Order: sequence, then C-alpha cells, then structure tokens
Amino acid sequence: MYLFLRPRPPTRACSLIGPADVRLPGNVSTPSTMAECSQADGGVASRHHTMDKSITLPPDEIFRNLENAKRFAIDIGGSLTKLAYYSTVQHKVAKVRSFDHSAKEAASDKLYEISVQEEVTARLHFIKFENAYIETCLDFIKDHLVNTDTKVIKATGGGAHKFKELLERKLRLKVDKEDEMTCLIKGCNFVLRNIPHEAFVYAKHADSEFRFQTTQPDIFPYLLVNIGSGVSIVKVESEDKFERIGGSSIGGGTFWGLGALLTKTKRFDELLQLASKGQHTNVDMLVKDIYGGSYGSLGLTGDLIASSFGKSATADKEFSKEDMAKSLLHMISNDIGQLACLYAKLHQLSRVYFGGFFIRGHPVTMHTITYSINFFTKGEVQALFLRHEGYLGAIGAFLKGAEEDNPNQYSWGENYAGSSGLMSISPEMNPMQRARSGTFDMLEMDRLERQLVNLHLLQDPSSYIPDTVDLTEDAPAREYWLDCFEEALDGVVKRAVASQPDMAESVERAEKFRHKYRHKLQTLRHQPFAYGSLTVRSLLDTREHCLNEFNFPDPYSKIKQKENDGALKYYRKAVRCLESLEWEQRQFALVRGVLAGNVFDWGAKAVSDVLESDPEFGFEEAKRQLEERPWLVDSYDQWLQRLKGRPHKCALFFVDNSGVDIILGVMPFVRELLARGTEVVLASNSGPALNDVTNGELQILTERIAAMDPVIQAGLRDDRLTLIPSGSSSPCLDLSRLDKVLAMVVRERHTDLVIIEGMGRAIHTNYYATLSCESLKMAVIKNSWLADRLGGKLFSVVFKYEAPAADADVAV
Amino acid sequence: MASNGHHQRDDDSADDEDETPTKKQTRSNKDVPGSGCLLRSEADKEAAAADPPAGHTPSPRRASDAMPRLRSDSVKKSRPPFPWFGMDIGGTLVKLVYFEPRDITAEEEQEEVENLKSIRRYLTSNTAYGTTGIRDVHLELRELTLCGRTGNLHFIRFPTHDLPAFLQMGRNKHFSSLHTSLCATGGGAYKFEADFRTMADLQLHKLDELDCLIRGVLYIDAVVSSGPSECYYFENPAEPERCVQRPYALENPYPLLLVNIGSGVSIMAVYSENNYKRVTGTSLGGGTFLGLCCLLTGCSTFEEALQMASQGESTRVDKLVRDIYGGDYERFGLPGWAVASSFGNMMSKEKRESVSKEDLARATLVTITNNIGSITRMCALNENIERVVFVGNFLRVNTLSMKLLAYAMDYWSKGQLKALFLRHEGYFGAVGALLELLHPS
Repeated sequence: MYLFLRPRPPTRACSLIGPADVRLPGNVSTPSTMAECSQADGGVASRHHTMDKSITLPPDEIFRNLENAKRFAIDIGGSLTKLAYYSTVQHKVAKVRSFDHSAKEAASDKLYEISVQEEVTARLHFIKFENAYIETCLDFIKDHLVNTDTKVIKATGGGAHKFKELLERKLRLKVDKEDEMTCLIKGCNFVLRNIPHEAFVYAKHADSEFRFQTTQPDIFPYLLVNIGSGVSIVKVESEDKFERIGGSSIGGGTFWGLGALLTKTKRFDELLQLASKGQHTNVDMLVKDIYGGSYGSLGLTGDLIASSFGKSATADKEFSKEDMAKSLLHMISNDIGQLACLYAKLHQLSRVYFGGFFIRGHPVTMHTITYSINFFTKGEVQALFLRHEGYLGAIGAFLKGAEEDNPNQYSWGENYAGSSGLMSISPEMNPMQRARSGTFDMLEMDRLERQLVNLHLLQDPSSYIPDTVDLTEDAPAREYWLDCFEEALDGVVKRAVASQPDMAESVERAEKFRHKYRHKLQTLRHQPFAYGSLTVRSLLDTREHCLNEFNFPDPYSKIKQKENDGALKYYRKAVRCLESLEWEQRQFALVRGVLAGNVFDWGAKAVSDVLESDPEFGFEEAKRQLEERPWLVDSYDQWLQRLKGRPHKCALFFVDNSGVDIILGVMPFVRELLARGTEVVLASNSGPALNDVTNGELQILTERIAAMDPVIQAGLRDDRLTLIPSGSSSPCLDLSRLDKVLAMVVRERHTDLVIIEGMGRAIHTNYYATLSCESLKMAVIKNSWLADRLGGKLFSVVFKYEAPAADADVAV
Repeated sequence: MASNGHHQRDDDSADDEDETPTKKQTRSNKDVPGSGCLLRSEADKEAAAADPPAGHTPSPRRASDAMPRLRSDSVKKSRPPFPWFGMDIGGTLVKLVYFEPRDITAEEEQEEVENLKSIRRYLTSNTAYGTTGIRDVHLELRELTLCGRTGNLHFIRFPTHDLPAFLQMGRNKHFSSLHTSLCATGGGAYKFEADFRTMADLQLHKLDELDCLIRGVLYIDAVVSSGPSECYYFENPAEPERCVQRPYALENPYPLLLVNIGSGVSIMAVYSENNYKRVTGTSLGGGTFLGLCCLLTGCSTFEEALQMASQGESTRVDKLVRDIYGGDYERFGLPGWAVASSFGNMMSKEKRESVSKEDLARATLVTITNNIGSITRMCALNENIERVVFVGNFLRVNTLSMKLLAYAMDYWSKGQLKALFLRHEGYFGAVGALLELLHPS
C-alpha cells in the first residue's frame, strides 16, 4: 500500500502481520496515547500496526477516535475508498462559576471559581485507502470499534454495490446505500458553505500558488466536474436541485490504467510523480512539429499540442516513462478541461469546481487543468479546486446519515490540530518531496454547537476577507510571524504547565503540545498552504486547537481571574475620576482608557515580556506608554464631532482582553454609551483564547460591576446592555462566522455602530473590513515589526472611525 | 489542434459571381465550382475532343454537353502549365492530388517535355511509390473536367517522414525545370518550405489548411455524381446487424459542423462557402490512436493498428457503467454498457495481464473515437448545428470508428444529430490546394 503517514525507514515499522497482532491503539482520551509518531523510537514503533508489508498504521494518527465512532459513511469509488466517521471526542473545558453570594467572603476573595470539566463534542474524521486494502481496513475498524451503538453504515460510490456484502459481513453493520451524485453534491455544498478557504485557484507561476476563495454567501449555481475513474459533470442550482449534464470516460482511471500499461508503474501517485518529471514534447506532436512554428492565422502557438502521443507512432523509438506519463497527464487534463468549458458555456456557468481523486491536490494536475480552462475560455472561466476534493461523497453520505440530527443547524469548523488521514506518500518517494506545496492535510472537522452566520452589516459579504495580510502571499511577513510564533512557544509551554500546577503529567503534555505545534509551524514553512490560507489568525487558532488537543483548555484562566479581581477593585475609582471631567475631556479620557487597557495583552510578545517581568505594570503606566496624538491612525476628531450629534441606536462592541482592558477600559466606555441613550451589545468569545475575556467570565464581571454601578445595572435590567457570545474561540475575528443569536440580536436592534477593539480583531483581521454602518476600530500596536510595517512604532495607536459615505453628512 | 479560433475567409476575392456557384449548377455541369474556367472550359474540351490523342478517348457524355464557345486563347493563358498538383502536408501524412490530363492533343504531346511525361507516367502507371507511397485507386475521379481540361484526378498519400525521399525524387526528375508553382497546404507547407527550396529548388505556394479543406469538401461533393455517393451516413447505427451505409445528398449543406480528424482534430462551423470559423479542436486524434497503439502493442502502421482493433474487445480494457453499478445508472440515464472509465480496468494488475494487444488496440480506438464524438456533440449543441460531417484520414478504412461516431451522435443526441461521412475523407485539403492553383482566390 502506498499510503503512509510519513516516510520512515522500513525497519521502524515492525512486521506485525495478521489480525491477532493488530492491537487497539489505546484509549485516545488518555494523554499517553497522544504521542506523536515522528517521535517514534523503538518503543513507540512497536505500537504501529503493519497490515501487510507496506501499510503502516501509526495508531495515534490514523483512525483517531475510532473507539467512539458514532456514525460511518463510506464512499467506495472505482479505485479508492474514502471513509468519514463521526466520533464524540471528550476533552477538558474550563468553566467559570460565580461563588455563592453567601459563601463568597468565606471561600476566598476571588470573584469566581474556575473548574475544568469534561465536555463531549462531535468531530468528523476522514481517511482513504485503496480498494485493494478494503478488507484489511474493515478488519481494523471492526477490531477498534468498541463504543459504537450505530447499526448502519452509509455507503455511496460505485463500489457501494460491489462491497455491500463485505461491509455487512466484516463490520456487522447494515449497509444503507445512498445515491452517489446526491452525496457528492451534498458534500460539495457542505464544504463550500462551512469551510473557509475551501475553494482555491491554482496558479503555478504566481507569487502565491494558491489563491483561496472566501466563503460565498450564495454558492449557487455552479458546475462540479468530478474526476474519479471517469468524469461526471454536474450542474448544481440549489441545495436539492442538480443534474448530471454530462461526463466523459477519460478520467482518473484512464490515467491510471493507461499509465500503468505504458510505464509499467502500478501506483497512481508514482505515475503522477513520473509525470512531474517528464517532457511531454518528446511524445506529443506540437503545432510547431507540424508547422515549424505557430499557426499564425488561427492564433495557435507553436507549443500547443496538435496531437497527443503523435510522435510515438513509430515502432523504432523508445520513450521514457516520465515523458509518456506527462503526455498522458496533459492529454487527460486538457480533455477534461475542454469538456468542462463546453458544458459551462452551454449552461452559462462561470463557477466550475473540480473534484475527485484525480486531482488530489497534485500541482501538476491542477496546473494542466487550469491551463486548459484558461485556454479554452480565454480566461472567462476560472478553474476552482477544493481542498476536500476527494471526500465530497463521503461527507455527503455522512450528512445523509446525520439528517435526523439536523446537521444544518450546526456549523462546522476545521480543527487545525487534528488529522486522521494518511498522507498519500509513495514509499519510493524522496521524503523531501513531501514538502511539495500541493498537499493539504485532511483536517478533522469539529461540529460547532451553534450556527455561524454573516454579520449583516458587512458592506459586501461576498468580498469580505477577514484577514489583513495573507501570509501565503507575503513571504517576509510569513517568515516573521512563523519565527515569532516559534519564539513564543517556550513561553506558551511554560504558561500551560503553570496553569495546571496540580497535575504532574502536565509537563509531559505540554511537551507534546510544543512538539505538535512546532511541527505544524515547520510544515507551514515548507507548505504555507497546508491548511488553506495562512494568516496570523490561522497561526493563533492552530495554537489554540493544539493546546486544547492536549487538554490545556485555558492556560490563562488563573491569570485572567487574578487580573479581573485586581481591576475590579479599581473600577469605582476610575469611574469617579472620569465623571469629574468635562464632557469633551471625558470623551478623550474614555478613548485613552480603552487604548491603555488594550496594552494589557498576553498575546503580544512585547507586552507579555513586560507583564511577566514587571507585574506592577499598571493602568496609569500604560497610559503613559501610549503614543501622543496625532496617532498613527487618528480619526478621533471625527469621532468627537460625531458624538456631538444624535446618539447611536445600538452599538455592537467586540471586546478583547480580560482584566484592566475590559473592566477599566471598555466598561466605562460602554457606560458612557448607555448614558447617551445607546444600547450596547457586548460580544465576547464563546471559548477561551489567550487572555481574552470569555462570555462566561464577562457575565460574572458585568454582574459584579452592576452591583457597584447603577448605570450598568439599569442597562442590564432594561435589557439595554446585552452580553452575547460571539461564536468564536479565537483571538481574531471573522465577521462572516458569528453566532447566529448574536447576528440576530444585532439586526433586531438596528445596530448602527460596530466597535472592534484590539490587535487581533481590528488589525490582524478586519482592518480593511468595510461595514454598512459606522465603525470604530481601536488598537494599540504591541508588536514592533507590525508597527514598523504600518509606519509607526511600538505602542502606536490605531483609532479608525469610519462612516459609510451616505451617512457621513448626517453624522456630522 | 487544441484551440478555438474564428476564421473567416476573405470575401473580397470571392465576390465574383462565378465564384459562388450554387450546388445545382455545379452538379449539372460536373465542373469546378466557382471557377472562372467554368464556362470557358467546354470550348477547350471540344477542341480537344475533336482531336483526341492516341489512346485517349474523351467521355462521350462530356462531348455531348452543349456549352457555349468562349475565347480559348485567354483560357490557355490563365491556365497554369502542367503538372497540376495539390498537396497537403500534415503531421503524419502527405496527401497529394494529381490531375492527369486525358485530353492531350498530339501537338501537346509533342510539345510536352520529357520530364512532365515521365512524372505523369510514373504516377499513373503505379499504385505504390517507394515503400510507403500509395495511390488510392478506388478514390480516383475519372473524366473530370477541370479548368477546361478533361482527365483523371488521382489521390496519393505517403508518410510525412518520407518527405525527403519525395523531394529527392522531385530533384532527380528535375521537377523545378517545369516552372510550375506547387500549391501546398497543411503545417508542412510552412515547416518544409525551406527544404522544398533547397532540396528540390521548388517554391511552395502556401495555403491555409482550413480554407483548402472547406473548399475541397465543397468541390468534391459537388463534382461527384456518378459512382458511389460522396456523402453517406449509417442507417440504424444502434443495431450492428442492420447498420448499413446509405448515400446522403448533401444539398443545402449549411450550416454544418465539419470535423477533420487527422493527427489532431479541428472542428469548424461552416455557414457558407466563405464563412466559417474554427470552433475548437482536440489533440486526441488519429495521431493519438496510432501513437498509443504503437506504444501499447508494438505495431507500426495505421493499418496494423486497425487490423488489431477489429479483432479485439474493448470491454476487457474499459470499465463500463455496469462494472461499477452492476447495471444501468438509471437516475442519470447512463446505460450499463456505456464506458465509465476508458482503460479503467487496467488499473488492476491481473486484468492488465489478461488483455490482448488486440483488446488494447480496440480500446484505444473506442476511446479516441468516443471522445471526438462527445466534443463534437457539445460543439454542435453550442453552435446549434444538427449536421456533422466527419472527414480526415483517421476514418480511412476505419468503419469501426465511423459506425461508433454514427451511433454516439445518434444515441446521445436522441436522434437530433446526424453523422455524415465523405469518401475522399483525407484528401480535401489537397484538393483545395489544387483548386487554388487553378483558380487563385
């Protein structure tokens, strides 16, 4: 079998042949089994199951969480089997709970208690293997399937029919066949809707090979060209309306079958490997071979292929395997591209997605198809590829099976920490070739308990890109941030260990976290596209996901608690101080307060250094550090002018850090808004990320503040101050993926002002986001490299007030 | 060739009324369509008939045609000197048409230089030239009147890689001393122009291949009225036992989709004699069939490859819908016998070892043919054209492909599309080149 997780010397994998030796990888929920395979020493290697002499199944990585699999869906194609299984995953979450009022004084002087609870979430895993190994894999599944109560397996694909009996016998599950095309389309709709950066354009010679597309609010209509053994061309008009409008028998099976005959190379990936090294011009007859140059009057350049394999029509010449494989690849890709264009033209569709195992993220294939599409449509149609190309059918079959769970009421998100699939690596391949940019890790997908939707206030949802810098395109920035995250890793590990002082094995887990995250960073250095677009946000999120993976649900919980306690004590004084000021002075002081509060950020390296070395670094100190006006970005005058006008109807405030930031910076500002007659919706993270305040924490804090402050109290009582989780657990913010409840409230309240605070939410993301209402972006730049880039210096201030063009006059 | 291109012939040269004859005219006259010689030629011919050269009997049918006499002198002047050749140098084959005058007068005979005579005799007395040159005797058009002269049109082909030998022969026979201009089309006219000059001292008159092709198709279709019909189709393409070739009268041919399958494939939409565009093309053509067959079976000629294909079984090589679904894929109207994946069975080692060379040749033929059919069908839909004419040397002695195309067109279009074929399948470009010699447009 050619599927290896990662190349390793064959001696590493011990030869445990036969079912008796295929052992359970162990309970995944216990940390000791979460060992990283590449760390494999002799001891770890003994846990690898070798199913025959070339399949190696490292237990922690593939078939992860199989024990708790609840649903199975299998897509058996002409040559490959794709399996999607849905398991519950138990992991730890940090919860905060207010102390009993009565017992409070006695228990401690802390505001709230932190507890770590077990939570069970749902996760979708993916794996694929060649049909030839289906029995072995089914045996493996059967042996490891312990906690499942499922009785059925959803099956789709052409092979579902052929392997039905085998599936039923091996797994002792009832096979429920689902229509292939229905599954395919369901899967495609699902990934297009749920997975940011699912679709991408491939450009071989551009600065950035992959240009990822943002999730479109309206994904229909589109053409799906699914290239399996053969080709199906499907027009999709809505969730349930689609039609197979055509196809071709020249597809992946032709490449594989004909390629195997021509080159005596058995494996698909090896064939592609050969192709990537070949020169098709030795085998193909080009226009210039016939014309001696171009065919000018038709605008056909000399390098165009006039006749595929046209030069091989001779018995007395030898052709190299590489050249023949390349020629074959060109022939098939061009042909598919041409047919796709003819169908797109006939049905007037401009969005054409390519899926199926033939593509598999192989650059050489994507390049030839892209080239072909460009050529045949003169650039009018763009070839779009999908990161989950091979899994659409399996995902669709899963969704069919999960219909009773109403899968559409959830959103899904990729888990950057986990991938259960085998990397498609041929054993003969040079390990370095693994680094080729075309490989995507097949990440697991977490079911998010809430549905995520667009903020309706986005000016143009279809062109909204949350991230300010695309690190896949910006190489210097990529280098800087990867270094930055790598350097910060020691601190994060230290912090994680410190957060669990009572747990002895936390050091070990933290090391595993360190290894995993460092490995991800290294992967990203070589393959910036491995998980879709690479951004500061994705780097931050990956770190959070990895921490969670190793049961560090909230390393900052205690620090946050301490800071919240401390800041709360100062609240009354701060408010009194502000109230003593004249209106205009007060407005400025409020803004400075938010900005100074925002300096308190453990997420920023420059600050975490200061914070760790000097815990006394205080609010007043922070104010002194702030840049004097004019700030780096300074529209304070316009803001002040605006405040002199009518109050806003409702402000949506995306908050940032806990402690001083939220309590002494944000709350007084909110208080002023409320006093002006503006309703306020405070949106905070649903789950922990760094020292950002979570909704759970904010609820408690706000109650405590309300007890001291009648304005806040009245706001809460009258429902003019509302706290809603944002749906995110990231230090950054994607306005196209907000908790549905938040989005609904924002709409209902006719929100006319959106305030975004902090570097993660207002600079790394959303800096260029255009809203259809007034917006205020406030942040202190706590990173000297970024400050430099923006033309400022450390602690430079961004105060960006914007009003939509039409409203501007009214506002002033 | 894999490309789109719109191509419109220059109309200014064709505005002359004589240039655009109707089908009727040309059919009844059995002469050059649109040629300026059309009417004049008869005078000349009668003169020739009055004094036939020994051993050359002019057609009585021709002689009886009553045509007005015109100034024969001017005809002679405008008429190029013999020999009359048209050449199409493709990627794989060189196609040559040669007009052999049969109305040579004694006077002419005497005047005729030895070179010319020897060329004429060499070409007409042989059916094979060297090891690879072949005269397709069955395609010969006899007693054709061309530019006032009556004679036979010969169709000769040889592989493009033997062009040097051809040039050498031209040099040996002192072809250049005849001061004829050699009209040539196809890519080779460009590629080998210098070779013609240096090796044989010949100046090529290069012509666009699609212009020539279309001109040739329309001409041949117009002049052939006796013998087997030039244009034909297959009746009952779905039933092998009842599938028979039937003549088709290609009257009011426009619009038509012209699919030329040579080494590669070009697809043209033809709206009138002078208005056509190249819709697209594909690199999967005759060259691909032969190239792959050579690699897969070790054969070396088209005939061999076809011979093997005729004895093979493609379903052992291809994965059919029923191989995957166990039967029809009803939901999408895919019959079980349809090919789901060409060469799909060859993914399996066991099956690779069990197929024969003949099976592989057959599968290659079926794959290439079906693909051309499916691209053609999409073009026909996009261009809204119902009649498709397939030409090109891929179809030579290739009834398998023709029937397959006929069936595919009919089946997938639910009877909307009709596949038509022409007997002189590969020679139209060369004929067009000859016409250009006789009557420059």
